[in-house]
Amino acid sequence: MSASHHDDVHDEAPAGLKVLAVSTTHPRVRTVQISRPEPQDVSFLAATAKGLGVTLKHFARNLFLPRKSLAARAQAGAPPDEKFFGDFQRNEIETVQYPEEKVKYPERFRGLHRLTLRDDGAVRCVACMCCPTVCPAHCITIIPAETDDKGIEKKPAVFEIDELRCVVCGLCVEACPCDAIRMDTGEHAKPVEDRARAIETKETMMARGVPSIATQGGEGPNWRAGGHEVTPDDVNR
Amino acid sequence: MKTLYDILDWPGTKWIFLILALVMPLASLLTWAERRQSAMMQDRLGPNRANIGPIKLKGILHFVADAVKMIFKEDFVPANVHKGLFTLAPILALAPVLIAFCIIPFGPTIYPHSYFETLDPYLLATQPTNVKFADSIRMQMFQVDFGLIFYFAVLTLANYGGTIAGWASYNKWALLGGLRSSSQMMSYEVAMGLALMGAFLVTGSLEPGFIAAHGASNEMSGSNPLNWLWLWQPVGFLLFFTAAIAETKRAPFDIPEGEPEIIGYFVEYSGMRWGIFFLAEFIEIVFISSVIATVFFGGWQVPFLDADGFRIGGYMDPIHHVSVGGWSLPLPHAVVTGLQFAAFGLKVILLCWFQLLVRWTLPRFRADQLMALGWKLLLPLSLANIMVTALIKLLFMEA
Repeated sequence: MSASHHDDVHDEAPAGLKVLAVSTTHPRVRTVQISRPEPQDVSFLAATAKGLGVTLKHFARNLFLPRKSLAARAQAGAPPDEKFFGDFQRNEIETVQYPEEKVKYPERFRGLHRLTLRDDGAVRCVACMCCPTVCPAHCITIIPAETDDKGIEKKPAVFEIDELRCVVCGLCVEACPCDAIRMDTGEHAKPVEDRARAIETKETMMARGVPSIATQGGEGPNWRAGGHEVTPDDVNR
Repeated sequence: MKTLYDILDWPGTKWIFLILALVMPLASLLTWAERRQSAMMQDRLGPNRANIGPIKLKGILHFVADAVKMIFKEDFVPANVHKGLFTLAPILALAPVLIAFCIIPFGPTIYPHSYFETLDPYLLATQPTNVKFADSIRMQMFQVDFGLIFYFAVLTLANYGGTIAGWASYNKWALLGGLRSSSQMMSYEVAMGLALMGAFLVTGSLEPGFIAAHGASNEMSGSNPLNWLWLWQPVGFLLFFTAAIAETKRAPFDIPEGEPEIIGYFVEYSGMRWGIFFLAEFIEIVFISSVIATVFFGGWQVPFLDADGFRIGGYMDPIHHVSVGGWSLPLPHAVVTGLQFAAFGLKVILLCWFQLLVRWTLPRFRADQLMALGWKLLLPLSLANIMVTALIKLLFMEA
């Protein structure tokens, strides 16, 4: 019987199995010897000794060597050093002692909200109601008020976020047309003793606020034409 | 109760001393050491926070916090449990272990009248009634020829604690856990007893005090590490150690408990009732370590420290069984006994540490693997060990 090249691949004996006999009529029918565990394997002695060696090595290392720096511990996926004592300097304990040691959150971490500020320190928000509309948790409460600046017409009289309801999805930040709300503070919601304290008010969020570098509106209804020709740059900025 | 020495020689005093000085501190510290050591083995820090004011001690105070928590927790008894047996079970688990400690020789015999002078072993061997050796205090509560048999008999009772807890809880999971507990004890106590038989054959005694004092051979001093039974009974030591871990119901043989997933016999227990089960388990670790130290590692013997001081290269006087000759450094009796107490404590602590290392290294056995290991490997091996030991003793050691 001639087998095609494709069949040859499958006719190779599986690794670790000793082939005792092959059928003459059907070469894929084989008598194989299965490797059963030897008595020394069943007694678990060798495996136990090996395992004890591994744990003992870790224990001794972590007991006698000084700890890694916080930065080294914060770096995920750093390969462990396999040498025992030799030129091996630090132990492998990864624990971060939280209140005393803090790992810096990644840049895109969504933390507590902040309300950005205009150049004069007023709130940037124009109470357009985009964020409470898009918010899936209905945690944003805005009560708009009129403003003297005819270019922006409205400002929030009340801007509250219930951090207990907030699901930290970041949709409010994406929905905001004028970069007025951001979640880039790097702080997470702190524990509170009663629910009322979990509500972020306009004042607390403005206290975290920074001036935005985005184009500032509020120069009247014709701000685009103000002083110069409107260019595509102005629109896309 | 005539004199101070009578009070000191009273078994109750020794028991209180042993329990308060070694067993309870060690068992409580083990609850912390276990968590801390397992953390270190797994590249974590473990509990290190409990403090009284600024005193932190690397978290050692966690056991105080645990005890306070368990004592002040509600003493909850579920509906439909058998109240009497439910209460009895933790006591049944704890009491036998504390009783079994009475056979452990935790120190050398102290001769108070020659406490500050170097002991003369020849005088002790020839004139034991000399006034210098009066009022001796033997650091063993219960010296009987059947010492280790007594320990087997008493510690088997501890198993009733688990089984009765499972039965009294009115909970099918707990009942199954209790049954697993009894089946495991049955499979392992046989091998455990037989594993020690070789040691009995070698030393010719069942009395742990005698084994610790004399070692395996009369040719060498009892303080010579080569005379300790780990060298004479390596197979027996391994078998006994394995069976003893099964006896303490800890990983890799923790099928009766199986805290994380297969529910064990004390699932219905909470607060201090549960705490007593765990305390009993930790005391059992200390006890097993004491037995292994006594039988296989010379008990309270310090290497090369005889009754009258350090001696290297001496020989045994065959008539009086006293170690003489060689290079020697005479030491007062007080120093010798102090070192020997410390040696016993150190050996027990090291063996406890090793048991924790084993517990956090090996995964749990399946029930059938456990039975197979017990009945098909440990039991035949321990029988073979007895036979081989007996043959060797008959052919080569009996004159």
